[in-house]
Amino acid sequence: MANNDLNDDFKGPRTYVELLKEILSPEFETNTTREQCLDCSRPWLCYWILHSLELLGERLDDDLCSNVVQFLNKCQSPTGGFGGGPGQDAHLASTYAAVNALCVIGSREAYNIIDRQKTYEFLKSLRTDEGSYHMHVDGEMDIRGVYCALAVAKLLNIYTPELFKDTEKWVARCQTWEGGFAGCPGMEAHGGYAFCGLASLVMLNKSTVFNLSAFIRWIVNRQMRLEGGFQGRTNKLVDGCYSFWQGGAFPLINSILAAESKTKNLEAYWMFDQKALQEYLLICCQDPFGGMLDKPEKNSDIYHTCYCLSGLSVAQNSPEKVIIEPSEVNAVEVTHPVYNIVFETAMKAIKYFSSLPLPEK
Amino acid sequence: MDKRMSKQMFIRMSEREEWKDVVPIEQDDGPNPIVSIAYSAKFKETHDYFRAIVKAKEKSERALNLTAECIWLNAANYTVWQYRREILRELGIDLKDELKFIEMMIRCNFKNYQVWHHRKVIIEWMNDPSAELEFTAAILEKDDKNYHAWQHRQWAISFFNLFDDELEYVEQLIEKDIRNNSAWNQRYYVISNTTKFESDVLEREVDYTLDKILEAPTNESSWNYLRGIMMHDKDGGMGYNRSILKKCEEMYNNNCRSPHLLSCIIDISQERISCNEPKDSLFHTDKALELCTDLEEKYDKIRKRYWKYISQKISEKVKSTA
Repeated sequence: MANNDLNDDFKGPRTYVELLKEILSPEFETNTTREQCLDCSRPWLCYWILHSLELLGERLDDDLCSNVVQFLNKCQSPTGGFGGGPGQDAHLASTYAAVNALCVIGSREAYNIIDRQKTYEFLKSLRTDEGSYHMHVDGEMDIRGVYCALAVAKLLNIYTPELFKDTEKWVARCQTWEGGFAGCPGMEAHGGYAFCGLASLVMLNKSTVFNLSAFIRWIVNRQMRLEGGFQGRTNKLVDGCYSFWQGGAFPLINSILAAESKTKNLEAYWMFDQKALQEYLLICCQDPFGGMLDKPEKNSDIYHTCYCLSGLSVAQNSPEKVIIEPSEVNAVEVTHPVYNIVFETAMKAIKYFSSLPLPEK
Repeated sequence: MDKRMSKQMFIRMSEREEWKDVVPIEQDDGPNPIVSIAYSAKFKETHDYFRAIVKAKEKSERALNLTAECIWLNAANYTVWQYRREILRELGIDLKDELKFIEMMIRCNFKNYQVWHHRKVIIEWMNDPSAELEFTAAILEKDDKNYHAWQHRQWAISFFNLFDDELEYVEQLIEKDIRNNSAWNQRYYVISNTTKFESDVLEREVDYTLDKILEAPTNESSWNYLRGIMMHDKDGGMGYNRSILKKCEEMYNNNCRSPHLLSCIIDISQERISCNEPKDSLFHTDKALELCTDLEEKYDKIRKRYWKYISQKISEKVKSTA
């Protein structure tokens, strides 16, 4: 491949900064009514944009941050947790997205609008006897619930052993004959759910309850030999968003292996082809008009922009960095592989909330 | 109701006689809204009325119809679905109509969590799974790997014990597309919930899978399935199964270099590590190390780091058994 030609008009991911800022600005409205289907995902929109910007090393100004905080507060439910928009029922996915977004903002105002006691009660109301979680009261139940509940509980320091009693057993039942995790026991191994399963076991500190080598075998095989990107399931097509859902598992695998072997240091690289993934993302998944996408000829959107950038971050930031040239254009910040917010941002939030008392039971 | 929606001209809520007594409530985004959605006038008005009936806790026929209008505009609104179920329960509506409604909604939005969850709840209330297999099959006809449809199908099969003809259905799907991994998953699911992988079943499954492997040696699904079912083997696993050993040798000797074949041979060598395998055997550890290098350098370069890791693990194992 004529690399030089490619580099001449090569646009790095930083091209999107202005576009993303525009989307988050108070004047912005989704430009078509087609996007009315996102009416119940507005905290997600906040998180995807804020996290994407932070990966690109950008911050919104304080006034705008404050507007986001006030808006998310409107989505907070009187019974705890956050809904998909003002006045909507609380939902675990929106709660996860809102908490992540507020942690990215990271101001006292952002941290303090979260009603931790009520969030704790909301989580408790969604727990099933076997340790799994419903997405909302009387809503569907799958492994996303466990991941979202754990991530929120850990970040906000409202985690209690009772809240997650037996959860690892339920998660382990979601591991399939292929080695990945499914949405619920019996179903097919799938990238998004595999991330939820592995990250949950890491948060629970129970990484010995599942078959790690089967998991590794399954996930390394999801990277596609021609495309360099990841597919979500065996024999399915590549999609840029799995760069994070599958790619994000590799730092977690590394830390589990390091803990197992004790004597050995952390491996310098992740167990996938980090260069090939970056090439897929930078060459095939960038929209010339800004944003990132699933695969060539698809439209870009904020979801894919967020998870392509997050995957790019994972692909670059192994203990020994691997950044394809021109690195000054391509480099993005380090994301935390469990929460998927920038590493320091997660640590700062954890530090703040750990100074607050545990909720009352 | 659905007919009315499609055949009649849309009349604004505020101009409808039956809604005259209701004062719509606007969404409160606060003074500085963010990530605003470009609502159509119809979307906004319908949801303003929805907020009003929720606030008044109204559970009525017209409220039910209103939830349907909201759902037509955005089927992902779980709050609306939840309220709809509350109305259905309170009014004791005939659920057969609801089943028709949800069928249409799923056909229009089959990659959506809310519609499938609603169907599950309705089927539970009706305690009648008679339409579920046919319905999910119709969705899978259009999208044979649709995760929601499979999940619903598995739930119905387990909840109402509908396993009888499922293996036959799975076989049809695998015949149609040997790479349909969802179908292979269903095969595993059916057997592990019915006959289980007892030795006679396992033997049958190994034969079936080896046939499929020969048909498409690079198909990962069948190789994974083989490894998956052999976890249940009580006679030592793949490394001690004559059919599998023979097939691997045959394929390798016929110059098949599918990474999945090589990977399988490597696994077998690990299972047979204490067998005193002859030096020239395909399943000797030295051969496994050689295959790791082949995969790393020739047949599976994208997984170079993985094969290095496996190779390292094998070397460690050899050292510790020596």
